[in-house]
Amino acid sequence: MSSVQETSGLAAESYLTEHTVGSWLLTTDHKRIAILYLVSIVFFFAIAAVAAAMMRVSLLWPDGRLVLPETYNKLFTIHGVLMVWFFLIPSIPAVLGNFVIPMMIGARDVAFPKLNLLSWYLFMLGGAFVVYSVIVGGVDTGWTFYTPYSTTFANPNVITMVAGVFVAGFGSILTGLNFIVTIHKMRAPGMTWFRLPLFIWSLYSTSLILVLATPVLAITLLAISVERIWGLGIFDPNLGGDPVLFQHMFWFYSHPAVYIMILPGMGVVSELITCFSRKKIFGYYFIAFSSVAIAVVGFLVWGHHMFVSSQSMYAGMVFSILSFIVAVPSAIKVFNWTATLYKGSITFETPMLYALAFIGLFTIGGLTGLFLAAMAVDVQLHDTYFVIAHFHYIMVGGMVTGFMGGLHYWWPKISGRMYPELLGRIAAVVTFVGFNLTFFPLFVLGYLGQPRRYHSYPPEFHIFHVLSTAGASILGIGYLMPLIYLVWSARYGERAPANPWGATGLEWRTPSPPPRDNFEETPLVTDDPYDYSAIEAELIDQTGLR
Amino acid sequence: MPFHLIPPSASTNAGDVDAIFWALTGLSVFILTIVFGPLTYFAVKYRRGSKADRTPPRLATWKFEVTWTIIPFIIGMGIFAWAADVFFHIETPPSNALEVDVVGKQWMWKLQHAEGNREINELHVPIGQPIKLTMTSQDVIHDFFIPAFRVKQDVVPGRYTTEWFTATKVGRYYIFCAQFCGTSHSSMIGWVDVMHPVDYQRWLVTTGQGETMATAGQRLFNQVGCSGCHGVSSKIHAPRLEGLYGGPVPLEGGQVVTADDKYIRDSILLPASQIAAGYQNLMPSFAGRLSEDEVMQLIAYIKSLASEPSPGSNP
Repeated sequence: MSSVQETSGLAAESYLTEHTVGSWLLTTDHKRIAILYLVSIVFFFAIAAVAAAMMRVSLLWPDGRLVLPETYNKLFTIHGVLMVWFFLIPSIPAVLGNFVIPMMIGARDVAFPKLNLLSWYLFMLGGAFVVYSVIVGGVDTGWTFYTPYSTTFANPNVITMVAGVFVAGFGSILTGLNFIVTIHKMRAPGMTWFRLPLFIWSLYSTSLILVLATPVLAITLLAISVERIWGLGIFDPNLGGDPVLFQHMFWFYSHPAVYIMILPGMGVVSELITCFSRKKIFGYYFIAFSSVAIAVVGFLVWGHHMFVSSQSMYAGMVFSILSFIVAVPSAIKVFNWTATLYKGSITFETPMLYALAFIGLFTIGGLTGLFLAAMAVDVQLHDTYFVIAHFHYIMVGGMVTGFMGGLHYWWPKISGRMYPELLGRIAAVVTFVGFNLTFFPLFVLGYLGQPRRYHSYPPEFHIFHVLSTAGASILGIGYLMPLIYLVWSARYGERAPANPWGATGLEWRTPSPPPRDNFEETPLVTDDPYDYSAIEAELIDQTGLR
Repeated sequence: MPFHLIPPSASTNAGDVDAIFWALTGLSVFILTIVFGPLTYFAVKYRRGSKADRTPPRLATWKFEVTWTIIPFIIGMGIFAWAADVFFHIETPPSNALEVDVVGKQWMWKLQHAEGNREINELHVPIGQPIKLTMTSQDVIHDFFIPAFRVKQDVVPGRYTTEWFTATKVGRYYIFCAQFCGTSHSSMIGWVDVMHPVDYQRWLVTTGQGETMATAGQRLFNQVGCSGCHGVSSKIHAPRLEGLYGGPVPLEGGQVVTADDKYIRDSILLPASQIAAGYQNLMPSFAGRLSEDEVMQLIAYIKSLASEPSPGSNP
């Protein structure tokens, strides 16, 4: 991307103009940092995807012929650790959020630009630790690091891997802090809280979680290391410790983290649906506050991961009821997005296809979440492939789809170039088909009782694994296509105008790619967000079309 | 490739769990319909360039918002209550259950029936009779999962967890370890053999060990030296164990605990953690000297003493 240097009248001096290595590695420009993150998470995604591919191929045989059990266990660990902490959590916040938050609120940068760069370095340092621990032999605990397996039985690489996640976590905390302060203090004149785009509301909620939950993860990971190094006995039952305590601490972070991995996707979809249906969003306040509600209630449901862990029945009951409650704000969003389409003027560009796919896949993911929140049913489904299918519908079907939608939507702004529309649409459809074929059979498999993290399995489960692997190869093509054509388009794509989608929002009122300081002069906000009826009226005058 | 779409259903719980499962499936299909029906309809009708009427709707939007907030909430609460009720049933073993002790270790299951019969990775049970499993692990956390019975429970080192079921169909069903437990996790597979009661009795006799768990525990009690202090003729000031099980135990410091499996286990392996009121901390730990299954035999023995009259002079 650094090679984009051709000048045009519109964006003679853009943020991409300078292209020395130093100008990238020492940049404090939120837009450049976003691109640093983009390149890094694609790298980590690639490693984690290769791990997934190896697992899926191995599962083509009931006795798992491609890799040994030990290798298989290391593969799902590296897949989980990298996908969760080094792809999903930074994906929308650190890439798209970094790029567009300041522009959406009319600011020149985030509140603490140097801290922003530090976040990326911490993230990369953490990533280096994780990659190192894989190179020196890998870890086979799963991304959940359950004790006492991780503390007493697994190999010592656990410490380096945990250290990597620990360090990267501080990057997350600083990013969250930066966004919160930016959104509070850096809004342009007239940009009141209820004129904020919904993407900002969702990332504000996400940032709250990042700042409040990640320190608990840090404590938990530290406890693992301390236990391993000094044999302290926090989790070791032979020393009077309690291995289940770890699960409480881990999920106290990791359940809110699930919302870090979906709220930003919801934010993107709220932008896309309204833009491509040329309609003001239905239920702005409800969508905005449902994000906040999810962030708050999301802190109180961690025990639904532990119904059969030996947690008390009564504790389980509280966690179950709260899990049903936290589903309500998600339902509100889905209904409001659908209602937004009513009387719209809908077009189906690539970002919109991703947004519609998001609604479908997220709804299935959310509904299957109810199965797992229902205690008696969870007894059967817990720790089976049903759970795998459920959270992939949320995290891949939801978050990754949202990320792809957002990436295509803002790509003209980021790169100054248009991506090839037809290829984009094809890739979106291929991804959707491949995704469903990969993960839908796993729901059946889970109900039948196939536990997760199995290198080999009884022969009657075979057909479902074959279907899933077939789907995964289609899914792989769906992800490979954008990687190729986006990189291609960054150099050879058609030049993008400032506002290719006719979208509302301040980020579209500045050239593509934007100048270093985003705006020539600080914008003044006088309208509510998503006032598409005004834009539409203008368009009808010009073309006579609705 | 032979396959099924629904798991075999072979316990009294299975039907209750499946009813909720299918109700949720029906609900999901319904919600997908009411979301994707309109979504598809709008996407077609209001596609750009269509002739649809787009005069701005005058809707009281709050009515929609309230409707789609309240209704999902009520449905959610209904399912919560239903599933919680069934869960309570699944989690509460009936008092007349046959008892089997389970010890998980990397990567096998060791089981022992109250009658003394021992098994590895196999569990023979009679049809129509509640079976209660008391489970612990010797190393990491495992999970005893029988999909055909819709039961699953983590098996945690340092704790006793229970699981119960009443089998309803003769046959052989999988036992899976559902909690990741290390390299050979996926080979930690066992079988439940559900038999007619007559066959089960025959099985008990032919594979019998000659002593029940309680008598094995009694033998151990004398062998490892418990009887030296806790025995009837002991002169040492140690708590007597007759009538102890299931009753309250006052501790040093004023706390009162129930003498359940976990209390007895801790008293044997971590004796300093809870000192019975009026006694000194004299007991040595047996951690490392007794295996988990031996501790369970001792508990079975102490349990068998529960009905014996406790010595009146509790100091």
